[in-house]
Amino acid sequence: MTTLRIKNAVKRYPNGALAVEGVSVDVEDGELCVFVGPSGCGKSTLLRMVAGLEDVTEGEVELAGRVVNDLEPADRNIAMVFQNYALYPHMSVRKNLAYGLKNRGTPKAEIEAKVQEAAELLQIADYLDRRPGQLSGGQRQRVAMGRAIVRDPAIFLFDEPLSNLDAKLRNQMRLEIKKLQRRLGVAAIYVTHDQVEAMTLADKIVVLNAGKIEQIGTPAEVYGNPATTFVASFIGAPPMNLIPAEAENGAIRLGDQTLNLGLDHRGPVTFGLRPERAHIGASGEGLRMETGVVEELGAIRLVHGRVGPHEITVTQNADQPIPGAEAVLRVEASDIHLFDAETGRRV
Amino acid sequence: MKKAQFSNPWLPYALLAPQMLIIAIFFLWPAAEAIRSSFYLEDPFFGNATFVGLQNYTDAFRASDYQRTAWFTALFVTLVSLLSLAIGLMLAVSADRVLRGQSSYKTLLMWVYAIAPPVAGLIGVMLFDQHIGPLVDFFALFGWEMRLGVNYWDTGIAIIIVSTWKQIPYNFIFFLSGLQSIPNSVKEAARIDCRSERRRFWTITFPLLAPTSFFLLILNITYAMFETFGTIDQMVKDQPGNSPVTLVYKVYRDGFRGNDLGGSAAQSVVLMVLVLILTIVQFRLIERRVHYN
Ligand SMILES: Nc1ncnc2c1ncn2[C@@H]1O[C@H](COP(=O)(O)OP(=O)(O)OP(=O)(O)O)[C@@H](O)[C@H]1O
Ligand SMILES: [Mg+2]
Repeated sequence: MTTLRIKNAVKRYPNGALAVEGVSVDVEDGELCVFVGPSGCGKSTLLRMVAGLEDVTEGEVELAGRVVNDLEPADRNIAMVFQNYALYPHMSVRKNLAYGLKNRGTPKAEIEAKVQEAAELLQIADYLDRRPGQLSGGQRQRVAMGRAIVRDPAIFLFDEPLSNLDAKLRNQMRLEIKKLQRRLGVAAIYVTHDQVEAMTLADKIVVLNAGKIEQIGTPAEVYGNPATTFVASFIGAPPMNLIPAEAENGAIRLGDQTLNLGLDHRGPVTFGLRPERAHIGASGEGLRMETGVVEELGAIRLVHGRVGPHEITVTQNADQPIPGAEAVLRVEASDIHLFDAETGRRV
Repeated sequence: MKKAQFSNPWLPYALLAPQMLIIAIFFLWPAAEAIRSSFYLEDPFFGNATFVGLQNYTDAFRASDYQRTAWFTALFVTLVSLLSLAIGLMLAVSADRVLRGQSSYKTLLMWVYAIAPPVAGLIGVMLFDQHIGPLVDFFALFGWEMRLGVNYWDTGIAIIIVSTWKQIPYNFIFFLSGLQSIPNSVKEAARIDCRSERRRFWTITFPLLAPTSFFLLILNITYAMFETFGTIDQMVKDQPGNSPVTLVYKVYRDGFRGNDLGGSAAQSVVLMVLVLILTIVQFRLIERRVHYN
């Protein structure tokens, strides 16, 4: 079944800014849906509309089969984890966890049991009597998660919950969030601008740009079949190479080079190639490339260079020989992405 | 704080000297003089002084007049502080909710703060004037005939109202900045956790304002004790004898109108001790001003 249904949601702020322009997304039961996009694309706004912290200008938000547009956040059966934790600084960890339950009139014994259970699940049982100010960033993050868990919500809403943590802790917490979400089996929306986080966490990725959806799909779909040049350059690191080209007679012309692909498209296109999908060699059939700077990353290296006048980056296993000044890129036809030069849509 | 290095070791003292001189002339010397004269019986006309020990103090404390003034001062300080805090907080909460036009709202309220105490007193005299005072007319609607300067409690209430009114903007600005320093996300988390706005106020907002409130309470007590002098002076000028006044005003009245310099000095020493205590409490609070986080 569908936990959350967002139908043609529009958000216009009082100052006239159009932050979300007609977005429709479904989040299925138990699904972890990630909203990803660059800063200012409207992902927080969309999440906050689900939470009830922002009014919905147009469209509908339907939670567990009920339109909740006009419900107060407290009545929506959601739980939210904020970027800066948003813990109540004057309350102990225990009271932070219990606060929402107490306001809903949950019996004392039940609150006690739930708080204890969540605390053990999140390994914060030892800090229950401390104030948030006496905890480390990672511990505060856990408390914020605990506060969400004890509510037994229909959906969890995460707004960049890990961006205040250092890189190592972030990776660890990311994995924990995923495990926890699986274990609880509760649907969740996770907002991030980090495509790695999006790829690793998501069952479903929603790529947003300038208030609109660019693509919805599984991580594999979004990576393998990007619907637009925007998605192609946003998902994957290093990003996909995008080179202006011309399609004619079943071939692609890149400057003075031609690749035969057997396509029946013609006209100006954007040629897309993932750095990790090109096999770089000293000679043979393929695209000729002038190599430039080489970056060693340990297991792999990045080879930067040019194809004609256009910059290109490819990756290579570190155990391969470093190519000379002139190299050849062997490319499978199936690894080539073509986008309409004007609309940026996949062709 | 940053430590500065001076090449000439005397330079810092030289730079401090004017300030020290001002403190000495306008504060230390009069204070010492007050303490000294509180032990003497002075003849206001010929300047002879007789040492009388603690007699000025015992006389002052025993006087029923002093006790009555002390009680009124206690009541006055309590009411003015609490009322102006409560009203300032209420206004701040509603201003915090307003998104548009907030700055004009703030400016309007701040104007009152810019009014000097004696002017506030004059406005008070006008508001409570027997013939043209709108507040007198207003209270008359409820069958209460206010007589400023004639009836002890009518005058007292008028002084309390004007002094409170004058202090509200100050509390308002502090409370508003306190409210606005509460992170938005904390308020939002509370909106998710608690439906009732009133309950959110008492369980989240108010506790988070507690440091501001304590700090303001001390400032308000100081205000009500000492800075209301000008207001009171304007409002009871004609009938200081049978009107309620604060201890500070009584020091002035006994000393300058009643020519009892020794008694007045003794009373002012008592007030000095009070100020000292308040200042210590205030500094302690500022030092320890509870910073969550
Ligand atoms: N309260 C507001 N009033 C007016 N405009 C706003 C408001 N909040 C956000 N916006 C605008 O709406 C757009 C979307 O903002 P939003 O916070 O949703 O972005 P975001 O995708 O979460 O970005 P980030 O990754 O930086 O958090 C932005 O252009 C922003 O300037
Ligand atoms: Mg955001």
